[in-house]
Order: sequence, then structure tokens, then C-alpha cells
Amino acid sequence: MKQSKQDKERNSFMQRKKGFNSLDRLMPIILAIIAGISVLTTIGIVVILITESAGFFQAVSIVEFLTGTEWTPLFADPKFGILPLIMGTFMITLVASIVALPIGFGSAIYLSEYAPKKVRNFLKPILEILAGIPTIVYGFFALTFITPIIKLMIPQTDLFNALSAGIVVGIMIIPMISSLSEDAMNAVPNSLRYVAYAMGSTKLEVALKVVVPAAFSGIVASFVLGLSRAIGETMIVTLAAGALPNMDFDFLKSIQTMTAYIVTTSQGDTAYGSVEYRTIYAVGITLFVITLLMNIFAGYISRKFREEYE
Amino acid sequence: MKQLDAERQMKRRKRKNTIFHVLFLSSTLFGVVALGMLLIQILSDGLGWLNWDFLTNNASRKAERSGIKAAIAGTLWMMSITAPLSFIIGVSTAIYLEEYAKKNWFNRFIQTNIANLAGVPSIVYGLLGLTIFVRVFGFGKSVLAGSLTMTLLILPIIIVASQEAIKAIPVTQRNASFALGANRWQTIIRVVLPSALPGILTGSILSFSRAVGETAPLIVVGAVAYITTLPSGVFDKFTVMPIQIYTWANLPQEEFHHVAAAGIIVLLFMLLSMNAIAIFLRNKYQKKN
Repeated sequence: MKQSKQDKERNSFMQRKKGFNSLDRLMPIILAIIAGISVLTTIGIVVILITESAGFFQAVSIVEFLTGTEWTPLFADPKFGILPLIMGTFMITLVASIVALPIGFGSAIYLSEYAPKKVRNFLKPILEILAGIPTIVYGFFALTFITPIIKLMIPQTDLFNALSAGIVVGIMIIPMISSLSEDAMNAVPNSLRYVAYAMGSTKLEVALKVVVPAAFSGIVASFVLGLSRAIGETMIVTLAAGALPNMDFDFLKSIQTMTAYIVTTSQGDTAYGSVEYRTIYAVGITLFVITLLMNIFAGYISRKFREEYE
Repeated sequence: MKQLDAERQMKRRKRKNTIFHVLFLSSTLFGVVALGMLLIQILSDGLGWLNWDFLTNNASRKAERSGIKAAIAGTLWMMSITAPLSFIIGVSTAIYLEEYAKKNWFNRFIQTNIANLAGVPSIVYGLLGLTIFVRVFGFGKSVLAGSLTMTLLILPIIIVASQEAIKAIPVTQRNASFALGANRWQTIIRVVLPSALPGILTGSILSFSRAVGETAPLIVVGAVAYITTLPSGVFDKFTVMPIQIYTWANLPQEEFHHVAAAGIIVLLFMLLSMNAIAIFLRNKYQKKN
């Protein structure tokens, strides 16, 4: 009786072990298949962008697309030159970088070099909240707060303008630039700082002459990633920058970015399969290639020029 | 004389340090002030319009009768698919990469690929969803198409967060498990995952809040702005809170800006509660370790 109970236990133990053993062989395969989904996503993005925009490039030559200075796909006499959309995107990114690069850099230095621990523990979460606010909220803020202020100072400003949207895109990417730069500065070992202090340096000299050069690749990478985020930003520019593609380079006027064009057009009633419909893919692939190149570039500089301290 | 020069120079260097200290501090405070102004602006615009009717009414062409009910329902429908799906896929991928994958070119490729996916603009995911889920799979402009698009969008974030959490489990714990005769899968399920779970959950909740706040890809996928009935299945049309807010903010009438601000308060409340849960989890389990 006792014997059989032990047998039973052993049997069930062996069975469980066997079950787990076969699971141990099975699970890596299942998990690898699931991990493949992320590869499929990339392939999917590349394939649909290429195939759908191929139809567009049969109707419109790539040269006209890349060099044309008029973007009027919905007019009776449509023009498909993407430069106005690129110009709009560039203007937003320019304003955003003027706002975000110095401020993000400065706050990274403060948080990494100057801030006492208590202050840091208080400020970091606030920047994290700023990073978690949806872009639609930033867009509303641009439209109802920043634009009226600009109009108050310069009355001839359009209701929708590049300046307001650009400033707010800048505010949006500050937390990202700040925290990535700070990570890079934190990776600089303290021994380097102590050496500089022992030579009688001030905090500023340690920060600018020791820490920043040592963390330089990471800081530049954070700038590039921030700008790439600004280029891909959609809702702020759709809501606050307008829908008027042009080459005027006037920050107080309405413009249109690549992202805003895709959103606005996909809301409308362009017939599926028409050239106008396919413009969103042609613009999409341009946007994808630009941001991808910037992201790869950021990865490259942070790997290539990283100073190793081990 | 020389002594004086050195002193003067020292003073100048110290003054410069102080000036820059103030500059760096003010750039940090810039973010804090911006956040404060944003919140004040939205609260002062929207708080007066926020009442029970706003939460229980559907969208309307009249500002005073507009409500956010359909949008809240749409967001909940979407998240009921996106959250579990992205969690399962994300954690599985992280386990594979951290516990099983050998260091060969294919797994390095997957890793680079995930890093690049995280940098793809969200609107491109919209184009992907529109083509694959809406057209090729024929789901139409439905809850399902939107949810799947969002799943792919937040997947890289969950994978990276889960990888970090799994990496943080010390090798000694795994070795102890192996020494007791456990195989790799047993070790993962019984030892690694329980310890990594708080970190994984924190990262997942943060990425869910990203999905709740995301607008552009869902507009491209075709979530509609004006909807009067709640979705009753995954193939129904739907709208989500950010799209509803976008529509209101886009209307020229001033009253609708107040409605939009009220909507934003509801959205931010939801997101901040999610973030609070994530931070709570992190703090609670950090102390234990």
C-alpha cells in the first residue's frame, strides 16, 4: 500500500519532469516564432511602403517628386513635388531644435553634475510626466496657449503657424534629449571628475571640459534621436501648424509637414487605389527613410565614438 | 601683484560657475514651468465643462451636449485587445532574446531590428495597419484593426522594458535553480519571471499609457471621429479619446475648445492613474530586492 503510493508519487513526478522536459524543448521554438513578429513588422512596413508607392511612382516620376516645388495633389491640375512638405517639416524641426537642444543639454548637465540628490529625485519624475503627455494634448496647448501669445506680440501671425507648433514640438522632445544626454553623462566614471577637481577645477570646468567631451557621442546621439522624433511628430503639427504646403520659409504662416499631410489626407475621401490615395505612401516612405537614416546614424555615432572606461 | 591676479582669476572662474549653475537650473525648471502652464491652461479651460453628463453623453453637434462616453468605450475596447496581446508577444520575445537566443547574427539582427522599430514614426504604423489589417486581412475600420496596429506600435517598448527587467535578475538565482535539477524552462517560469514581473509590469503599463494617448495611427487606420453608438464587437467602428479630443479641438467654435479641454482632463486623469500604478509597483518591489 505504502509502496504503491510512493510509486504513484514517483510516477507523477517523472511525468511532470517529462512534461517539463518536452516543454523545455518546445518553448524555445514557440518563443522564437513569437519573436519573429517584430521582424515581420519591419518587413511589413518596408514591403507595403515600397509596393504601394511603386504604383504612385508609375504615375509620377521620382525626379518630379523629389525636385518639384509645388504640392497640390487634390487640385484639378495636380502637382506632386514633395519639397514644400519637406520644407514644412524642416521648419518645425529647426524651431524645435532651437528650443530643445540648449534646454535639454542644460538640464542634463544640471541633473547629472549640479543637482543635489533630493532636488534630482524631485525633478526627474516631473520630466518623466512631461514625456508621458500625449501629443494631442501638446497640440491643444500650442493652439490655445502659445499661438495667442505669439499673436499678441506679432499681430499679423496666422492662427495656424510653424512657430507655435515648432516651439511646442521642442518642449515635447526636451525630456527625451535631457534624459538620454544625462544617461551618457552618468556613464562617465567619477574618477575622471575627481582628477579634475583635484586640479582645482570649478564644477563648470569639470562639466564642460571633462564630462561633456567624454560623453560627447552619447549627447550627439540624443540630439539626433530628438530631432528624428520631431520629424516624425504628427498631432502637434496637424493641429497647430495648418495644412498649407508652401516654400515661403515664413514661420508666422501656415505650413504643412509630411506627417500632417498623411493624417489629413487619410481622413478625407480619396478613392482607394487612386494616385491621390497613393501619395500618402510616397510621403510615408520619404518620412520613413529620413527617420531611419537618422536613427541608424545616432546608433552609429554612439557606438563608434564611445569612450570606454573599464 | 601676481597673487592679486590669481585671486581675480579665481573669482572670475567662480562667478562664471555660478552664472552657469543658474542657467542649467533654469533650463531644468523650464520643463517644470511648461508642464505647470500646460496643466493650468487645460484645467482653467475644461474644468467648468467637466460634469457627469460629459462622461455619460455621446458625441453631439452641440457643444453643451457633447460627451466622451463613446470615446471612453472605444479606448477600453481597444485596450482589452492591445494590452494582453502586446504583453504576451512582448514578454515572450524578451524571454527568447534573454534566455534562449545564442549570440549569432540572426539574434543580433532581431535586436537591432527592435531598436529601429522603436524609432519608426507612429504614423508609419498607421499606414501599415491601414494596408495590412484594414485592407489585406479585410477587418475594415474596426476595433480589431486599430487594436492590432497599436499592438505592433507598443511592442518594441514592452520588449525592451521586459529585457531590462529580465537582465536585472542575478545569474546566481538561475544557477541555484539549475543546481536543484531544474531545466531552463522551469527556471524561467519559476525563478526568473516571478522576480522580473514587477519590472515587466511597470514597463508594460507605461507602454499601455502610450497606446491610450496615441492619435495619429488610429486616424490613418480609420477610427471615426463622429460616432453615436458604442462598439458592441471587435468588428464595429469605433473612436478613442485622443481622436475625439482632436475633432473637438479642430472645430472653429470656441465652446468646443472647452469640450476638448474637458476631454483632455479625463484622458490625463486616466494616464496619470496608470503611471501612478506603474510607479507604485516599481517602488513596492524595489524595496524588497
